[in-house]
Amino acid sequence: MKVGIVCPYVWDVPGGVRSHVADLAQALRDHGHEVDVLAPLDDPDAAPSWVSDGGRPIAVSYNGAVARLSFGVKATRRVRAWIREGNFDVVHIHEPLAPSLSLLTCWVARGPLVATWHSSHERSRMLAAGYGIAQTAMEKIRGSIAVSEEARRTLVAHVGGDAVLIPNGVRVSEFVDAGFLDGVEPTTPTVLFLGRIDEPRKGLAVLVEALPAVIERVPDVVVLVAGPGDQQEQMDEIPESVRGHIRFLGMVSDHDKARALTSSTVYVAPHTGGESFGIVLVEALAASTPVLASDLPAFRKVLEEGRSGRLFPTGNAAALGEALIDLLFDEEARAELMRQGDRRVQDFDWDTVVDDVIAVYESVHLPGEKVTEDLRGQIVGRFARLPRFRGGTAGNTEIGDSMEQR
Amino acid sequence: MSIWGWAFIAVVVFFGLAALYLSNTAGRLDRLHRRIDVAELSLDTQLLRRSSVAMEIATSGILDPASAVLLADAAHSAAAAIDERTQDQGKASAQAESILTRALDVALDEEEVLEMRALPAGVSLLEDLEAAALRVQLSRRFLNDAIRACRQLRGRRPVRWLSLAGRTPWPHPREMDDSLPESLSVTS
Repeated sequence: MKVGIVCPYVWDVPGGVRSHVADLAQALRDHGHEVDVLAPLDDPDAAPSWVSDGGRPIAVSYNGAVARLSFGVKATRRVRAWIREGNFDVVHIHEPLAPSLSLLTCWVARGPLVATWHSSHERSRMLAAGYGIAQTAMEKIRGSIAVSEEARRTLVAHVGGDAVLIPNGVRVSEFVDAGFLDGVEPTTPTVLFLGRIDEPRKGLAVLVEALPAVIERVPDVVVLVAGPGDQQEQMDEIPESVRGHIRFLGMVSDHDKARALTSSTVYVAPHTGGESFGIVLVEALAASTPVLASDLPAFRKVLEEGRSGRLFPTGNAAALGEALIDLLFDEEARAELMRQGDRRVQDFDWDTVVDDVIAVYESVHLPGEKVTEDLRGQIVGRFARLPRFRGGTAGNTEIGDSMEQR
Repeated sequence: MSIWGWAFIAVVVFFGLAALYLSNTAGRLDRLHRRIDVAELSLDTQLLRRSSVAMEIATSGILDPASAVLLADAAHSAAAAIDERTQDQGKASAQAESILTRALDVALDEEEVLEMRALPAGVSLLEDLEAAALRVQLSRRFLNDAIRACRQLRGRRPVRWLSLAGRTPWPHPREMDDSLPESLSVTS
């Protein structure tokens, strides 16, 4: 099968949706399918040959965070050309409502379209995107996949429509025996934090607040902090007594992330919200690193209510500290968590998950059918956008249009 | 401008907007009807695939003769019912498919499955069956989702009053038992 995959977020920066797309593409290729990914690219020369350039991304605020997306006349033209020249059997669109290449693809393509819904949006955001736009996108998509029960519920409640649940996959083999990071002693109790350090929902502040108590009991503890963001700014907010124990790794490559996980005694996920799945948790399980996570619904599901990883009340630094001290001292509990993790992670291996995705492709695709350009969609599209000129609600398309005019 | 001038403009604007709305809605309906057609076709394809795998299992010689005859009969009726589908909105087909599901469940009990797993041919047949049944479930789910969206739009007053849907028959969801035989989840 020839599959086209659309990723709305910039390819050069690691992220949840982006790595999902990369892994899915790899797994499909391993199964003998031909794959072409369309994504916004900062540096087209650095991307692998099977990634097509969707245009230079522009930073805008979307879904509560700054995202770098491609839109506007140029991007639309690229999507059209990609559809026309790709001759795809199936086009798989990720986050179909993201105001980027994804939404554009929904508009300009017709045929066997499959979509994957990643995030659990709030209702207001769905509607801000323009109900008509959402509906048109939905009506063209023949099969919807949700990566989590939360994402599925959002879709059912706010857009109307059904989706099959296929959880995120993890390339388990890449996390097994990744080796240690330089300068980390296997004997040192090491705690790892992953995620943007200046994004409050990732919960670095909760971990920092818990640290003084932990240091008191475990004086040689080292905390690795891996993720993009302004380190100096964060350092200023961290109490003097704690600073010496923290080592910032900055933004890490996928391989270094695996090594950081392997190097750690415990991986802490102190997220305070906004997580619909928790792929990092699965990655930690794959690396056989014991996990201590806040009890968000998505995390509780991945960790089977605490069976394959410890949980603490979300945002509660004192509880986090206590649980962390417990785990650092209790080698037997860690060994048990590692055993459970090795078992649990098989459910998320891409090799298993990709079979379900292929089943979705096959159940929407008729023999000989191809994805083609939807020319009529253009005309209808203009109609749908008309209310804007009469002072209608500010939709995300407006961002695109104002950019076009520049 | 006189009051008539304003009234004229108001009328033009009203009809303009109504035309926009109607053409847009007609476009949406057209798209949904197409999607339903395609989804029905792919469901039929997957159902045929499932019944042919069931037939293969029946004729493989692995099952006992009684189960084999029972399964072959159900598989044959299911495949035949798909051809008749257009006449009764798939009711006969749905019934035949549910019977096939039941026949698979009865014929492939736990012992039989373990026995089949011991043979290379049996393993590949069971894999085919599982794959086909999964695709049936997915296709049917996607079809019913398209039908739900279409019915919602066709239920709107302007669509009904102006019969924008034309002569396309009111879509009916395809309800049937398409579950997998429970014994397939058994591992030796």
